[in-house]
Amino acid sequence: MFGYALRRVLTAIPIVLITITVCFFILRLAPGGPFDGERALPPDVMKNLRAHYNLDQPLLTQYLIYLGGVLRGDFGPSMVMEDFSVSRLISIGLPFTLMLGFSAFVVGTIGGMLAGAVAAVNQNKWPDYLLVAIVLVGIIIPNFLMANLVQLFFGVYLHWLPVGGYHPGSLIHLVLPIFILALPHGGRVARLVRGSMIEVLGTNYVRTARSKGLGTRLILARHALKPALLPVVSYLGPGLSYLLTGSLVVEQVFALPGIGKYFITAALNRDYGLVLGTTILYVFIILALNLIVDVLYAWLDPKVRYR
Amino acid sequence: MAGITGKDAALTAYADALAAQAPKGRSLTQDALRRLFNNKAALLSIFVLTAIVLFAYIGPYLLPWAYDKIDWAGIRKPPDWAKGHYFGTDQNGRDMLARTLQGTQMSLLVAAVATGVSVVIGIIYGAIAGYFGGRIDAVMMRFVDIMYALPYILFVIILVVIFGRSPVLLFVGIGCLEWLTMARIVRGQTLSIKQREFIEAAKAGGARPFTIIFRHIVPNLTGPVVIYATLTIPEIIITESFLSYLGLGVQEPQTSLGTLISFGAPVAEALPWMLYTPAAILVTMLLCFSYLGDGLRDALDPKDR
Amino acid sequence: MTDVLVVDDLDVTFALHDSEVKAVSDLDFSLAQGETLAVVGESGSGKSQAFLSIMGLLARNGKASGRAMMGDVNLIGLPPNELDRYRGKDIAMIFQDPMTSLNPTLKVKTQLAEVLVRHQGYDNEKANRAVVEMLERVGIPEPVKRANAYPHELSGGMRQRVMIAMALLCRPKILIADEPTTALDVTVQAQMLDLFKTLTHDFGTAMVLITHDLGVVAGIADRMMVMYGGRCVEKGPTDTLFYDPRHPYTLGLLHSTPHVAKRARRLDPIQGLPPSLEHLPRGCAFHPRCAFRFERCFEERPPLLPVEAVREKACWYQGELKYGEVA
Repeated sequence: MFGYALRRVLTAIPIVLITITVCFFILRLAPGGPFDGERALPPDVMKNLRAHYNLDQPLLTQYLIYLGGVLRGDFGPSMVMEDFSVSRLISIGLPFTLMLGFSAFVVGTIGGMLAGAVAAVNQNKWPDYLLVAIVLVGIIIPNFLMANLVQLFFGVYLHWLPVGGYHPGSLIHLVLPIFILALPHGGRVARLVRGSMIEVLGTNYVRTARSKGLGTRLILARHALKPALLPVVSYLGPGLSYLLTGSLVVEQVFALPGIGKYFITAALNRDYGLVLGTTILYVFIILALNLIVDVLYAWLDPKVRYR
Repeated sequence: MAGITGKDAALTAYADALAAQAPKGRSLTQDALRRLFNNKAALLSIFVLTAIVLFAYIGPYLLPWAYDKIDWAGIRKPPDWAKGHYFGTDQNGRDMLARTLQGTQMSLLVAAVATGVSVVIGIIYGAIAGYFGGRIDAVMMRFVDIMYALPYILFVIILVVIFGRSPVLLFVGIGCLEWLTMARIVRGQTLSIKQREFIEAAKAGGARPFTIIFRHIVPNLTGPVVIYATLTIPEIIITESFLSYLGLGVQEPQTSLGTLISFGAPVAEALPWMLYTPAAILVTMLLCFSYLGDGLRDALDPKDR
Repeated sequence: MTDVLVVDDLDVTFALHDSEVKAVSDLDFSLAQGETLAVVGESGSGKSQAFLSIMGLLARNGKASGRAMMGDVNLIGLPPNELDRYRGKDIAMIFQDPMTSLNPTLKVKTQLAEVLVRHQGYDNEKANRAVVEMLERVGIPEPVKRANAYPHELSGGMRQRVMIAMALLCRPKILIADEPTTALDVTVQAQMLDLFKTLTHDFGTAMVLITHDLGVVAGIADRMMVMYGGRCVEKGPTDTLFYDPRHPYTLGLLHSTPHVAKRARRLDPIQGLPPSLEHLPRGCAFHPRCAFRFERCFEERPPLLPVEAVREKACWYQGELKYGEVA
């Protein structure tokens, strides 16, 4: 088990390196840059700017300087927001984004698992049909549209919840953002749990467990739950990517102070330093979480560990 | 690279089924079409989608207002049949129906471009990996696995930074990120097709690998390609509207469904038609593609053969 | 000898979306303490469903009626939570496919020990010791190591031994073995049958052996019940049925089983296919495939009637059965 986890960590390292390298060179080689404004800057200013950001060095040197910085946790300066280093911006936005994403992840996963299990046990009865309908709506309607719709209904028309903004400690501002993030995630989890639970309850080994007189609760908890969760766990990896995408939108629509907002702003302003820094961070987070998911999977399915 | 609609899970299951099953010429046969047409949801989806596509391309010629024409007398007006503003006008006095149709055209166009690019790349990549097998296959598929682990949308946004001012180029770029699932499907399919007698015969006849791939393997991929495209088009539509919504996609005066929604959302309390018109079209299309995709998967499912 | 199980008038029906299918009809039999009863028939004869219904393991759309008395308790129609007091303790079952019948995500010892914890109130440690003992008893080498293994680390024969150990942990009065050897290699089959024989004898357990293979029956069963189309067509002591079958179907089965049919000049399978339970023929269900049929067989279903003191059969034909006459 430990050896397996270690192997997975080792395989993740080159992926991070490759990502950093590829993103770095793509962004540096891309036409246009943060200083190509509406008006051309005077050549002297341009030269100083380039020197300041090491842009006058050979590409390889720039790359090595950058890589060294990243290893020390320094993602370089933002090229548009002066006086802010990328690391500083990240340290402001990251805790919020992680908190938001994690809450939505927990709410969506648990809600989806419960809903899916209820639907599976009531297969082809009304709770099942209701769930399938909700899941369809949650998955089909894109999150930016859904975010606007709930903002409109609960914020503007009904005045039940604030339409956006956030100040630390204000939970009520988080209700809609978390709901929007959790809905499609929970929907997919519910769909998976429903399917796998129905399948598992029909397997021979559950029949064996019933033949042993174990009682419904013990059968569900010990014999059915673990295998029924397998597809859910393997979905959690991609699910994290969807949550990430969702958080970009949600932070934008509800005007929340996370890194998603910086990322979008940076992309709009062609702020290479910030785009690169946030991208690397996102990739790192996603890979780390995927790693946890893989180890969890190996724990659930003993066969995987030997592959 | 995990996309944003979760189609990969569905397609991966399908790809696995293809790889596991000995293939039996899984093209769009009469049989599969009959099964598809027996599926009422899928059939209705085809009709609705056809109607939307036709209307998006023919409709603008029938309307009194062009999408970028400003009606100075009718700014921010609700639907008005007498003046020909069937879905109202926006803050600049432009006809919402005309703009929605133009936006639908744009969404469909970029979806078609990106899907086409990804299908071509996916077929070539997957066929090469599957046909040559061994180490080549292992390395190529390992690369796909790595790409899968990375968050799709980040790279799309990096592409935006690079290609920002050219939407078509942007969606060629997105197509270059989308092909992973297609490559997996094609590889699985190729692996099983290459065991079959007619490939042996072609090899014995001295055909070169690429001739075999394009003459014998690619034509057998109709079914997977159709399913893949049906699930990929809505994904690109969402990606496009998502980017446009964030202000990273199509630029004014051109428009797309996402742009329209992003302009409509802040003013939806006062001018609800500006949000609900494009939103309704978008959701209808996505719903139809979803049902059509399911229907196709059932109709072409190798298990039922 | 006392009867440990008396089944009376057992019916099993399955609801399909617009119709009902009767998988088992009017089944009566009894099982004496320590005896081995073989239940024989082709697939679809209702033999498995009859015993699944006694165990309360029918699929969702299945329903059983009638009586299956184990002592004073009628197992049919008992709610699951009450049935759980007996399942695994007094009556246990072994299934056909050892590959899929063990939970792949749990260690062998977990799956075995839970039976003892549930029914005998053992603590985990005591249960684990008993599990290792039982694994040794069913002939598993290195039982401690195997107990800590996951099912996929064991071979098919080994897994079936684990299933046997699991079923016998509480020394049940009744053991139902549903095609226990079908999925195994021929060489392993014989070992497995020996194991059944020894263990049921040692524990005084009565066994029901469900099989389609008469070769398996010969060495192990005291009595035998032949089923066709959801009904019992002939039953009696194994020897007498083997040497002197009275129902044409039994005769056909014997002659289509290689090493039982030694005395026949050639191996001759029964003509035709087993009937679909949805469309059972009128009259005797076997008549379309029967060489001895006459008018009555087309119209009236023969009841199960005593032939000699210990035998019963359901057939109108009362003459002598000669094999050559089976088409």
